[in-house]
Amino acid sequence: MPIKIENLYYTYMNGGPFKKDALHDINLEIADGEFIGIIGHTGSGKSTLIQHLNGILKPTKGNVIINNINTMQKNLKELRSQVGIVFQYPEHQLFEETVKKDISFGLINQGLSQEEIDKRVISSLESVGLSDRILDKSPFELSGGQKRRTAIAGVVAMMPRILVLDEPTAGLDPKGRDEIFGYISKLHEDFNMTVILVSHSMEDIAKLTDRVIVMNEGTVFMDKPSSEVYADPKALEGIGLSAPQITYLMKRLKTIFPEINEKVLTVEAASEELIKQLNKRVH
Amino acid sequence: MNKPVLEEINSKKPIRATGVLLSEKGELTKGIRSFEKNMIRDITIGQYVPGSSLLHKSDPRTKLILTFVMMIFIFMIDTYWGYLTLAIFTAITVITSGIPVKFVLKGLKPIVFIVVFAAVINTFTISGTPIFELGFLKPTYEGLNVAVKMAIRLFLLIIMASLLTYTTTPISLTDGIEKLLNPLKRIKVPVHEISMMMTIALRFIPTLLEETDKIIKAQSSRGADFENGNLIARAKSFIPVLIPLFISAFRRADELATAMEARCYRGSEGRTRMKQLNFTKNDVIIAAITIAFMAWVLVMQNVSK
Repeated sequence: MPIKIENLYYTYMNGGPFKKDALHDINLEIADGEFIGIIGHTGSGKSTLIQHLNGILKPTKGNVIINNINTMQKNLKELRSQVGIVFQYPEHQLFEETVKKDISFGLINQGLSQEEIDKRVISSLESVGLSDRILDKSPFELSGGQKRRTAIAGVVAMMPRILVLDEPTAGLDPKGRDEIFGYISKLHEDFNMTVILVSHSMEDIAKLTDRVIVMNEGTVFMDKPSSEVYADPKALEGIGLSAPQITYLMKRLKTIFPEINEKVLTVEAASEELIKQLNKRVH
Repeated sequence: MNKPVLEEINSKKPIRATGVLLSEKGELTKGIRSFEKNMIRDITIGQYVPGSSLLHKSDPRTKLILTFVMMIFIFMIDTYWGYLTLAIFTAITVITSGIPVKFVLKGLKPIVFIVVFAAVINTFTISGTPIFELGFLKPTYEGLNVAVKMAIRLFLLIIMASLLTYTTTPISLTDGIEKLLNPLKRIKVPVHEISMMMTIALRFIPTLLEETDKIIKAQSSRGADFENGNLIARAKSFIPVLIPLFISAFRRADELATAMEARCYRGSEGRTRMKQLNFTKNDVIIAAITIAFMAWVLVMQNVSK
């Protein structure tokens, strides 16, 4: 279910006195089953871009085509069940009396049978690591992290082929963050879902994704495999971003020990590399 | 969310008025758009348009009082000649205020329907000499006369009232109201509290609109449909938007109250202002022109009778 974005332009309040260009000249192709990270600083157009993926925003110019469905068409029901978007602070959208009803909301809109709905509610709760004991609780009684996961489950339950998450871990503690990322990677692997993750934490993006799209001033600044994006921290710094801290450390170490492979993106990979080098020295 | 709110409340720059933010955020999503038929975006009354005209610079109290007097005055005129001069006066005021004429006219759009509707009712129900008769339909000249006058009055009224908010920031408007209502404190009216509530309400309009926009987007991503179905179905479809909205409004209220208390807010007692309201030459000029104009029209109207 490839995503194809052709020459996308988007202008807020087009034609009005307050019009503002939000996106310009965007051309992207995303294949099935990719795990993509989108980074960029505030106002770079990340959120505007992802809202085009299920037709919430329509291009001012250009086309967004998802599995041969153009988002400009009128009936978006099919599109919306194929592309699930988890917005920032998704727990703010909870509204039902019970967790079960809230997760069912999207499924009822999809017109599924009650049996199917019940099945999916349970499995989606599992896939975000919540126990089915909370099914009949009010979502407002849950803790912050649980609320967040319930809201994500509400989107996951719809079984989208493409899952888009806008800063899914904002405001969570490191443990909650790692857990959520764990579940997201698992969804990606188990169902071969295309996952698009928006974040401004370089560490998270580096750890999880295969390909990184860097946004700057409303257009794509860089679109490369993760390892290549971070190989050049200077370019990222130029637009107010940075590489993961570990990349900087490895670069420094390389100036002292030239045989080190500095192209590692996570702390784990770095420690492996260092141990390998140390072992070499000992032998 | 607390930080930006506080920063905005603290900074002395005028808080972004509803209109500007709405327009920047632009697309209040389709759901609401079709639901409200563009109503929200057309309502320009209550918005502030930055500028540096005489009207912008004058004291909010002057503008409040003059607007109030003007409203009474509009109902005292009952000749077409009077309306014509008033319309010209209004036009001149709009032009000198530097507010785009298009913007002012756009603000009239939402009330056109009400005015036309009322005018038709008037024309057909007031008894007098009939223009024509068609079964039970009997439009009369008297009715038409009343209808046209009322329509003109309403339009002028809206323009005048909008001019007040176009040229005054919500904050200085509530400051002005607080000052004007001050004498009521003697009879134990909580003037400061009322104006604080107004300030907070105005400040949260854009925030809540933004929030509404977000929730609508989130729910429609989950397949919520705000456009189809009958009236009841559509009203029901807004529950998933309204409940989160209320919850977040209460949460924000709580947070704001805590933040205010943490800064030792305790009502009007002993509270001083950074910006004092002062009458200046501008106010004298505006008041003099307006009052002279009104007096002249009233005199001419009585003479011509």
